[in-house]
Amino acid sequence: MFIPHTTQERTDMLKAIGLEHVSDLFIDIPAEHRYPDIKLPKGISEMEVMDHIHELSSANESLEDLICFLGAGAYRHYIPAVVDGIIQDGSFYSAYTPYQPEISQGTLQAIYEYQSLIAALTGMEASNASHYDGATAAAEACILAYHQYRGKRTKFILSRNLHPHYQQVIRTYLEGFEDTNIVVVDGYALADFQAEIDNNTALVYVQYPDFLGKVIEFDDLVTMTHQAGALFAVSANPIALALLKSPAEFGADIVTGEGQPLGIPLSYGGPYLGFFATRKELIRKIAGRIVGETVDQDGKRGYVLTLTAREQHIRREKATSNICTNQGLIALAATVYLSALGKNGLIHVAESCYQKAHYAARQISQIPGYKVDTDELFFHEFVVSCPSPVREINEHLLSHQILGGLDLSSLYPDLKNPMLLAVTESNDKTQIDYLCEVLSEARHV
Amino acid sequence: MSEKNIFELSVQGRTGVRYPDIDVPLTEYPQHLKRENLALPELSELDVVRHFSHLAKLNYSIDSGFYPLGSCTMKYNPKMNEQAARQPGFASTHPLQPIETTQGNLVLMYLLQEALKEISGFHSVSLQPAAGAQGEFVGVRIIRRYLQSIGEGHRDKILIPDSAHGTNPASASMNGLKAVQVPSDERGNIDLVALQNMIDNNVAGLMVTNPNTLGLFEENICEVTKIIHAAGGLVYGDGANMNALMGIAKPADLGIDVMHFNLHKTFSTPHGGGGPGSGPVGVIEKLAPFLPSPIVAIIEPGNDEYAPLYGFIEPEQSIGRVKAFHGQFGVLVRAFAYIDLLGSDGLRLAAEHAVLNANYLLAKLKDYYHVPYPRLCKHEFVVEGAWEEAPDIHALDISKRLMDYNFHPPTNYFPLIVHEALMIEPTETESKDTLDEFIEAMISIANEAHTRPELLHAAPATAPLRRLDELKAAKELTVCCTPIFNQDD
Repeated sequence: MFIPHTTQERTDMLKAIGLEHVSDLFIDIPAEHRYPDIKLPKGISEMEVMDHIHELSSANESLEDLICFLGAGAYRHYIPAVVDGIIQDGSFYSAYTPYQPEISQGTLQAIYEYQSLIAALTGMEASNASHYDGATAAAEACILAYHQYRGKRTKFILSRNLHPHYQQVIRTYLEGFEDTNIVVVDGYALADFQAEIDNNTALVYVQYPDFLGKVIEFDDLVTMTHQAGALFAVSANPIALALLKSPAEFGADIVTGEGQPLGIPLSYGGPYLGFFATRKELIRKIAGRIVGETVDQDGKRGYVLTLTAREQHIRREKATSNICTNQGLIALAATVYLSALGKNGLIHVAESCYQKAHYAARQISQIPGYKVDTDELFFHEFVVSCPSPVREINEHLLSHQILGGLDLSSLYPDLKNPMLLAVTESNDKTQIDYLCEVLSEARHV
Repeated sequence: MSEKNIFELSVQGRTGVRYPDIDVPLTEYPQHLKRENLALPELSELDVVRHFSHLAKLNYSIDSGFYPLGSCTMKYNPKMNEQAARQPGFASTHPLQPIETTQGNLVLMYLLQEALKEISGFHSVSLQPAAGAQGEFVGVRIIRRYLQSIGEGHRDKILIPDSAHGTNPASASMNGLKAVQVPSDERGNIDLVALQNMIDNNVAGLMVTNPNTLGLFEENICEVTKIIHAAGGLVYGDGANMNALMGIAKPADLGIDVMHFNLHKTFSTPHGGGGPGSGPVGVIEKLAPFLPSPIVAIIEPGNDEYAPLYGFIEPEQSIGRVKAFHGQFGVLVRAFAYIDLLGSDGLRLAAEHAVLNANYLLAKLKDYYHVPYPRLCKHEFVVEGAWEEAPDIHALDISKRLMDYNFHPPTNYFPLIVHEALMIEPTETESKDTLDEFIEAMISIANEAHTRPELLHAAPATAPLRRLDELKAAKELTVCCTPIFNQDD
């Protein structure tokens, strides 16, 4: 199947090597450990594998069957067919990292365009070729800040409403750096930040819209952060950026985020896309690959991986990150998505999310027993305070083919039966009305 | 004429996708917070399709030709894998769905963990790490945490052979460990005497790539791991070269304590032009409590009536989370499909033929290229891309000239311990015909190097572009379509 050798060819090749048996190729392996028993089933046909695959995939209740109001860092958006149509091209997906630029211009130019689109979306001036996901991009931003101050500023201030997984990954990554200290600030009262931001602070990290969906104006917090000489980083939802003021406009130094909403299937949590953009002053500190424009010997425009001297294979132990393989093909998917939707398409998707989420919030807040905090601006996600434990409500929703929102009760014990609901352009009015109907019933379950 | 970029192709007023009108009553949006400067391009769907089709033509790929890129295991990526990962039942599941609704995903992850354990001999596996480099980071962190847990947290030195992968030292320093280089001996093995001399009470462990980046099996691997264990350290294995060992030897049997797998190398998932990868980590029993969370387990045993319930567990002393959600799931589906298809016999055959192909190339090229370590290789080998009689020719020139013969170049200038290194890894999916054509091209280039060196210096002549000016790229740093770095305003 994937081994094309005929018996004759194998014999000829062994002869050319000067050996008799294939097993002679392994005499340098300690005999007592050679050819161990592998207790796995024997190989099967593609047809049988696909049967297994169908059996497993149909054991799930997927969003083909369920109406989805679950978000919390991964969102269901419609993915135009053109996205998969292009990334299924073996010329893209079966290519390696573009270390040989003369025969990799397709990948290189696509990454360059990805960087340009991320810069345009965030309002920043430089972007890398991607990180693994929104969480590791956030962790790499913390490491950037650590190195920016040569390890002399060791305090990292995170908003409590930065995605909990991102906070956990930041903790895992920063553990390797001596004396770093992570402080979490609850809410957005300037006085609470004022009490923490000092001349030992490397970075202040917020999410926009935050984990609970709220859109906060950060102008004063940015000023306060910069006055202390620290960097301000924002983890942003890329779809929201079509509607909201860009982080660049309120002075962010680093903008990261989860690129999954940009045409990437939910796929049970990965592969996703960590985007990472900065002001131009920080470009040499960015971890990971960056593509730059140049010319070939004939003066034709072309692209290469640039600033490679920062990377692990050159700087070895002095490199600030070990990342090499990133999310190339997923970045290509986002590039196609953004190109196909374009300015007007993305604005329309963002407005649809906003309008449908607000309609849902309003309708739910009118059901007796449910409360929605509508005082603060939100984008497409909001917290509903339910009349009974969220787990029970969600079970009832699921029995009606609705995937309810995230149960926040263990993450936010200070809130009463809190459910985080997400509404996107993929939900229509009928679905929202149906959700309200079933939520209303759920009070009496 | 180079392909315009998407911003240059943009025409105001175009859009490639139509969405439904908003079907709910409208809510006002605060104008002062509205985005006014969204500078995205505007194209039709066909504009987009043509553009990316043009770009695709500028790429070399496995689907189009032979990719003998050392240490990258550029084997064929079965089409079946792509179809498997795209099953709506997988692709349309949300990572935070209740586990009762995602048993198919969880069973698949569980079976993949079990298969990787069986192939490697490890006690436990976590599928969380997103790529090989992150798997390395995790592996070293596990070593560090384990040592801390037994009161040996002062050990801050990690030994790394000079034939190891380039990411190893960076992974060590991200964990606050000092990397110390161990030299190789004349056979290309770790120098045992030098290793003994480096042992002291501060050694946390050794990071070993086996087969190493010379493509050679570390013949003294059992002695090496014994030395490290006797000194109170642990051995990290870089699994990037696992394609040579599947069904041939289990790393855990050789004394490796923790290792990452590269699913995008050994287990046929595509490289995607630079990702996504996937770097699961396997460990011996005493390290299992430290694995990154979550891992998949049977959380309620089954009985006659019910199937077992699969779910996520957090190991007791877990090093924590290294990415959001549960790993690169779509990549895991591909690797699972591949292992299911090949089975125990097919995996062994794959390793055998990968090693057969490499040794065949080596046998056919050794009279034309200097081989620094002339012995049986595993899945790859290294030759020198230079000759004393052709002093102006470098490994890079040979690499570029190969493009004119329609081959992707080998890895060049790595490993650093070989002068003008060309590192060649054919993989098992290439036929003898392809290998013979490559051999012919390599011999022809060796001749040209001596007789017509200008052909090599001018290469590539037939690629979409000629050699690119990397200095200009680094100096001007134009990294986005709007050339903001050119003027200092």
